[in-house]
This record gives sequence, structure tokens and C-alpha cells, in this order.
Amino acid sequence: MRPFTSHTGRALPLDRADVDTDQIIPAEHLKRIERTGFGPFLFAEWRTDPSFVLNDARFEGASILLAGANFGSGSSREHAVWALEDAGFRAIIAPSFADIFRNNCGKIGLLAVELPAASVQRLMDLARGDPASEITVDLEALRVSWAAGEYPFTIDPYTRWRLIEGLDDIGLTLRREADIARYEATRPTRLPSVTG
Amino acid sequence: MKTMSATTRTLAEKVWERHVVHRAEGEPDLLYVDLHLVHEVTSPQAFDGLRMAGRGVRRPDLTVATMDHNVPTGPGVVDPVSVKQMEALARNCAEFGIELYPTGHLGQGIVHVIGPQMGLTQPGLFIACGDSHTSTHGAFGALAIGIGTSEVEHVLATQTLPQSKPGTTAVTVEGELPEGVSAKDVILGIIARIGTGGGVGKIIEYRGSAIRGLSMEGRMTVCNMSIEAGARAGMVAPDDTTFAWLERRPHAPKGAEWEDALDDWRTLPTDEGAAFDDDVVLDATKLRPHVSWGTNPGQTVTIDDVVPEATNDAAERALAYMALTPGMPIREIRPDTIFIGSCTNSRITDLREAANILRGRKVAAGLRAMVVPGSMMVKQQAEDEGLDLVFKNAGFEWRDAGCSMCLGMNPDKLEPGERSASTSNRNFEGRQGRGGRTHLVSPAVAAATAVAGHFATPQDLGGGAGNARSERARRANVVPRMNT
Repeated sequence: MRPFTSHTGRALPLDRADVDTDQIIPAEHLKRIERTGFGPFLFAEWRTDPSFVLNDARFEGASILLAGANFGSGSSREHAVWALEDAGFRAIIAPSFADIFRNNCGKIGLLAVELPAASVQRLMDLARGDPASEITVDLEALRVSWAAGEYPFTIDPYTRWRLIEGLDDIGLTLRREADIARYEATRPTRLPSVTG
Repeated sequence: MKTMSATTRTLAEKVWERHVVHRAEGEPDLLYVDLHLVHEVTSPQAFDGLRMAGRGVRRPDLTVATMDHNVPTGPGVVDPVSVKQMEALARNCAEFGIELYPTGHLGQGIVHVIGPQMGLTQPGLFIACGDSHTSTHGAFGALAIGIGTSEVEHVLATQTLPQSKPGTTAVTVEGELPEGVSAKDVILGIIARIGTGGGVGKIIEYRGSAIRGLSMEGRMTVCNMSIEAGARAGMVAPDDTTFAWLERRPHAPKGAEWEDALDDWRTLPTDEGAAFDDDVVLDATKLRPHVSWGTNPGQTVTIDDVVPEATNDAAERALAYMALTPGMPIREIRPDTIFIGSCTNSRITDLREAANILRGRKVAAGLRAMVVPGSMMVKQQAEDEGLDLVFKNAGFEWRDAGCSMCLGMNPDKLEPGERSASTSNRNFEGRQGRGGRTHLVSPAVAAATAVAGHFATPQDLGGGAGNARSERARRANVVPRMNT
């Protein structure tokens, strides 16, 4: 996983709540069996509207997504996270995230930052007012900052550590091999087996 | 999760605790996965990850795969890209020794239908699947969560998942459900009450006499849509209804092990006095059939209501997308497509409920209507009961099993501007096809709507809705034949 310590970039204001993963990447684009190449299909349907913010040339190259509450609801498709990453996003700032989406972000090194709704609105105003303005998301300092101010944020310490170190979850779990084997030895034999 | 004392625990907490492999301060718990369900869409990149790292599948015997999302359910040319994804699953299962129920196999079906059907889904288990509707399995008192592809790879490699402990919400539904009100209306009513984000970070336990009174299929419908309230999982305490449904299924414990299992399962329900983080109470007697009007499952009203006024930007956007005007009676909305299917409502009782209404009736002129059974075994059982003829005589298409029009990855889609009455779980923009408009309903409302040509309840149709033969079959709670 690519480590995340701090990132500075321009922001894209997507001022909608309950953005579900069917919008982030519609089901018809889930048929690739590779992990890459989903970026062109990010918000595929909404992008057919010329006035959709992702089509606004002033925000081209933005790498921080600002969004409304409950971002990433619905389907567990990790393709949504891959599409955002493939399209150049490194961090998402929203008042709240759906659980599975947030987990998926943490697995690939995309940072999901929760800020109060009013703070996210303020950042959206900043981006709309001057699309060239830069925002820094600093995971070590737990701070979102811009030229004229800053907001502290919190994240669970374990996820923060893993992101900063760029650690692969599977590698970490395999260090627990002895614990897993010990647990397996205690499982009741009546538990179902697919082959049994 | 908090409890009143060390001795009172919730169902969720009991199931969680028995799966902890490793626990350390400041880390998520490492939990052991008893059953991992795999399908073709969220697994190819996980298997690739294993190959790249030179890792194997730790417990193929606790892993089962099926093809559901992409599969064609009717005749016609199959999309070559879908074929590629299904072939990849077949190759991966062969390479890693995983049992697969492919298209053409009697065991094939929607992943959340076949797990319970085989008796693999049991009380007290921790179940994971790369699909958000994994919450379905919580109907048995299992803890079942949807995961992303990186986590699928993690489970394949280690049979464990690192998980932070969610909070708990008790949703209590008391009283008897009025006639014509089903499990689907219960869960739509709950989501309307707590909102699409109301369950985020929580495991919901559904409780109360109305939940106890539901069949296992009904409980699965309720737990299935927990994710639509944002919840990590949904659960119902196992009871005699659960045990009767499970007994004699192919993978259910047998003989002395069955007795042991019962003793264990009876210890699972939440202890008297155990505290939940949140409590929500609904009066079952006040519930009515629900119809969604908007573009998320929280945007619903009862069938007796009118399309509501927009109170915010999101609602305004939803009304525009759905081409609806505030004040319009729900009963005046005319869908052009009826879809009975999906992991929410495609089980035998759902099909019986719909067939019961359609017997001797016809689909309204110009309507396209289809039934997609949840599994090939459900299909076979329905045919044994003659339900296929009821549907076909009424003018419904009778299909093979799959996810189908719930998410439109196969050819079953809405065209732009088309409107459906659908027994599925998501009314998101474009969910059933680009530009399609989805109204979520119960199987009974879907069937009645098919006949009326506009949203309707079975009671609206007048005459002899309800049928003694079907009712007997429902009560008998017939266990489908298995050949596993």
C-alpha cells in the first residue's frame, strides 16, 4: 500500500449527501478483472451532464474530494475506491462516510477525513471561490489546512499508523499465524464445512 | 459496545466474542471467519493479489463460490465481458480448490440465498462476503458483514478479518402486522424512520413480537436491508423458527451434534437487561405497505400517501430524477416494469405471496413483468408447486436464478426513463439501468401493481385474493430438496 503522510492539492467540491457507490462507479463498469483502469468511469453517469462539477475545467487535476454526509453508501464495491484513486484523488473530506467504503479506503491508502458539516462547507466555499487554492491534509499532524486557516481532525490511531507506514493488512495478520492456528484448534467440529 | 454489567451481553457481543483470535489495546480485534461466500464480481482482483504474493487460500473448506451478479437469467447472447468474469471465477476456484456453484448447476443462485438454503448459514457464526447485502445472514443470529475486495483477499489468505467493534442498536417492532403488510414494509418503515445513515457504525438487532412472528425468509428480508440504513450488520436472535428452518438442511449438524448445536444456540439471545447504545421502537400495527418515491431507500412513503414536497436539495434532485410531482397520489403512479427478485425478495415464500395474488389474474396491458427466483432450487421448488404456471399465465416471464435487474449487470435492465415496481433493495439513480426509475416495494405490492397497472395493494384488487392451497404450502414451510 502507498503510504500517506501528508498531501497538498486542489479540491473538488461535490456538494451532495448520500453519494452511493453506484454513482461513484455504475455496475456496468465493474466487469474488469483488473484492479486498475477504473478512473475513466468515475461518476460515469453524472459526468454525462456537462454542468457536473467533475466536468468543470477549473477543477481539473484536483486531488482532494470534498463531499456531503454519508459518502460511499450502498454497495461494497471496492471499485469505487479504485476509481477515485485512478482518477488522481488522494483524500476525501466529508461529514461522514459509509462503513464499508471507509474500510475500503483504508486498504488502499486513500485517506477519508471526517470534518463537521460546517467545516466541509467552508472548504467547499474556498474551492468554489478560488479553484486554484490548495488544501493540505496532514495525517501526521491530524490537520487540514489552507492559506487562511486550519481544522484538526481525528482518525482511529490504528488506521493512521497503517496509512503512514503503508502497511499491508495481510502481512500484519500473518504475524498472528500462531494465534490463528491456536484458535482453529479450538473450533467445535460441528461447525459447518462446505466440503463436509 | 457497552453492557450493564459483565454478565449481561447482547447477541452481537456474544457472537463477536467467540470469534476473537487476537486482541490488543489500540488495535482492531482479529476475528475468525466461519464462512466466506465468494462471487464473480468482487473476487478476481483478490485472487490476483494472492497469486502476486505467492499466497494460498487458507481454508477452502470454509469458502464457497457462486455466480450471481452477471449471469444471464433468460435466453439471448451473453455479454462477452461478463463471460470473462465468470470464467475467471471458475479458473480461480479450480486453482485454489474452492467449491463453486456455476451457472447450469442446481446449487447456483444468489449468494445470500444459497448459503442459508444449504444450511451453511447458522446461528453464532461470523460470515463475510464481498457484497454489502451479506447482512442477510444475520437473520439466523449470525454476525454477517459485507466487505471490499482487499478484505476478500485478506479472508482468503488468513481466514480472519481485523475489525473494530461496532456499537449496537436495538430496533424493536411490537405488535401484529396488519393484513397486506410484509417484512419488506417493516424494513422500509425502519429505514424511513432512522434514515440511510442511521445505522452507520452499528450492528442492529431486530427484536419484538413482530420480528419473532416473521418467517425466516421475512427475517432475511429485514436483515438484508440493514445496509440500506448504513448498518454494519443486522441480526435476529435464533429461536424455534430458526431451528425448524435449519433442521435437515444438507450442512446443518446431524444427530448428537444437532442437539449440541441447539444447546449452544439457545445461549445466544441477548441477556435480559443488556444495554444497547441506541433504542428505536416501532408500532407494527401502524405499518402500511411502503413504496419508495426517491433515489435512496430512506425516501419512502406508504401506499396511501402522496409524493411529498421536497424539503431539501437532495429531495428536489430525487423528484426531478424520478419525474414525480409533489402531491401526486402514490396509487396514481404507473410503472412499466415489474421485477420480482433479488437477495431481498426472491425466496419461495416471496414467490408464493406474489403467485397467490396473481392466480387467475393478468398483468395489465403494456406492462413488462418478470420473476427471477433467488436460486435454481427455489426455481425448482416453485415449479414443483406449480407457481411457474401461475406467473406465466398471468403474463410474467419466468427466469433462471441471479441478481438480474436488481443491479442490471446482465441484460435485464430498465431503459432510460422506464419506471419499475421492484422487490429489490436499492432505488439509487441508474441502479437498474441508465436513466431507470426504481420504486421499492414488497412482493405483494409488486404483484398487485402488475395487475392494476398502477401502485396497488392486493386488497385494492378486490375479489378473491388469497388462496387456500398456497396458504397450506406456506404453513408447511417445505424444505427444498437438495442434492449436495
